[in-house]
Amino acid sequence: MKPPPFDYAVPTTLDEALELLATHADDEPRVLAGGQSLVPLMNFRLAQPRYLVDLRLIDDLRAIRADGDVLVVGAMARQSDVQRAPEVLVGAPLLAEALGYVGHAPIRNSGTVGGSLAHADPAAELPAVALALDAELVAAGSAGARRIPAAEFFTGPFSTALEPGEILTEVRFPRRAGGHAFVEFARTHGNFALVGVAAVVELDGGTVVRAALALSGVAGTPVRATAAEQALLGTAADADAVAAAVEAGVAGLSPSGDLHGSPETRIDIARSYLRRGITLACSRAGDRR
Amino acid sequence: MEITLIVNGHPWTVSVEPRKLLVDVLREDLGLVGTHIGCEHGVCGTCTVLLNGRSIRSCITFAVQADGAEIRTVEGLARGAQLHPLQEAFWEHQGLQCGYCTPGMLMRSCEILADNPDPTPHEVREEIASNLCRCTGYQFIVEAVCAAAPRMRAADSAAATQSQAEASA
Repeated sequence: MKPPPFDYAVPTTLDEALELLATHADDEPRVLAGGQSLVPLMNFRLAQPRYLVDLRLIDDLRAIRADGDVLVVGAMARQSDVQRAPEVLVGAPLLAEALGYVGHAPIRNSGTVGGSLAHADPAAELPAVALALDAELVAAGSAGARRIPAAEFFTGPFSTALEPGEILTEVRFPRRAGGHAFVEFARTHGNFALVGVAAVVELDGGTVVRAALALSGVAGTPVRATAAEQALLGTAADADAVAAAVEAGVAGLSPSGDLHGSPETRIDIARSYLRRGITLACSRAGDRR
Repeated sequence: MEITLIVNGHPWTVSVEPRKLLVDVLREDLGLVGTHIGCEHGVCGTCTVLLNGRSIRSCITFAVQADGAEIRTVEGLARGAQLHPLQEAFWEHQGLQCGYCTPGMLMRSCEILADNPDPTPHEVREEIASNLCRCTGYQFIVEAVCAAAPRMRAADSAAATQSQAEASA
């Protein structure tokens, strides 16, 4: 057996799960969602939690529903279910498109949306999507629930604003008008990307009135390309405007390099994929230009 | 911890450590060594089994997570000496060389054809990308899955006709 020993609990209610986390606070407890990131880490013994609280029997955490103009995805909703859900295709097509890049189908059959966000891998797709859509992440704790904006949720590589003892219960994705695009560069399909881009662009009469752009893989957390968004606003998103926005977007980036790609390579890829993402989102936003 | 797994239709109750991986329980506790272990971190797909009809990596799933689930492994494909249409097609089209990835390829293919009973070769190639094969270059595997598709559709419609007949009888 590769994983280190641990004690295991599988509560049927959220309250029970919170209580277990509180009573076992000294054992560095971890929440087990789909396990598609945590179990490999435990197989390598890079993670050695002494207590796991499995959320799989808490049915309330799997719901996918529309709440007015907000798509609400339960933290334990399986990625393959979310990818196909009609509510998601209508309410957050960017999320559905990005899910197609998360691992492979068998990973998505077990992996959850909440698990991926709470794991907060800087190269992962869903954190960039949450950031681009200004999602709110709902955390339950012993003191009640709180909503954390995506912009405050990702605090570093594999680090989030979740406090010990808190559980991510649902993610609220505001519905955005306009066109969307998720594009990424990975050396092998299904592997983690070197750079990913989540884009939402809204046009009015051919003019950009709203742009949200987020990148993965270029920093310890996903980042909003705010300068690129500003550069697009008020333009017709023609080739020159897109090129200017792309340059503004990569200007502030200082990614670290590793064996998969040097900082220069990542910036170069970010440049290409920002352009692709913006262009695709604009073309989907409408033909009124 | 005591868990129940319904494997290839047979319920098994086994006592396992929480840290024991599903693939290790299948192989060591149940003696079902058809499911192979490759990378043990969810990348290669050779440990693929069906859990409640969905393909999953049994090397990055704790057995306790599958408590109460229906598991299908490669041992559950053939009926006695009669091979499953996918097994037949892999045999006829030489969809394997060393055979190490084959159990995972077969189980993954079950789900591919369940989701999309009439896929194009390109769709099969996309979907089978979840599983690594270091021998064949995939061409014969894709051909085998495509060849199995019409046979499985025929088998499905025959089964549907039979269950209709039984329902009306």
